[in-house]
Amino acid sequence: MRKLLGLAVLVGGPLYLRHRRDAGRERVQLHFDDGSSITLADDSPDAQPLLALARRAL
Amino acid sequence: MDAASALADLTEISSQVVAAAVVDADGALLGSTLPGEPATERLVQAGTGLFEAATSRFGSSGRSVTQVEAALRDGSIFVVREDGLGIVARTSAGPTSGLVLYDLKTCLRAVAAAKKPKPRRRTAKKTETADA
Repeated sequence: MRKLLGLAVLVGGPLYLRHRRDAGRERVQLHFDDGSSITLADDSPDAQPLLALARRAL
Repeated sequence: MDAASALADLTEISSQVVAAAVVDADGALLGSTLPGEPATERLVQAGTGLFEAATSRFGSSGRSVTQVEAALRDGSIFVVREDGLGIVARTSAGPTSGLVLYDLKTCLRAVAAAKKPKPRRRTAKKTETADA
């Protein structure tokens, strides 16, 4: 039982921390009519003009 | 269902949507949850600009942009185009993107359904039978 708990913390911990880090980051996600999508992180040069436009609406 | 009713349903269903506006293919405003015209205009212009910028940069002849989500620290902006209609929505920070997109598309489909002309029901002519 303790081994199982340790394994869960070992695997789930980094995943949880990564999820929390990404949740706070600014990003742009685009969906296309063919079902594909792309995500532009805030440090991407393509994301900056789009994020600037979005800021106008807030 | 007109745009105002569809938007009222949207804000009732989705607590994450703070404001939303529906526009037609030409960008003309069909309805908004915002009380003032300047605030609505700002939301629509920012959303339309965001969608057009994304389309010009990433759209191609093979595929076109249908949904844009810009996640900021203070909230998110969603733009969805479907059936010749568009919706721009502002949400609180950290929204559940999938749910918001589903609710926005449901709203757009309700508006699109109201805009389509209803098929005319055929009524069968009554045939008068003369009793002899």
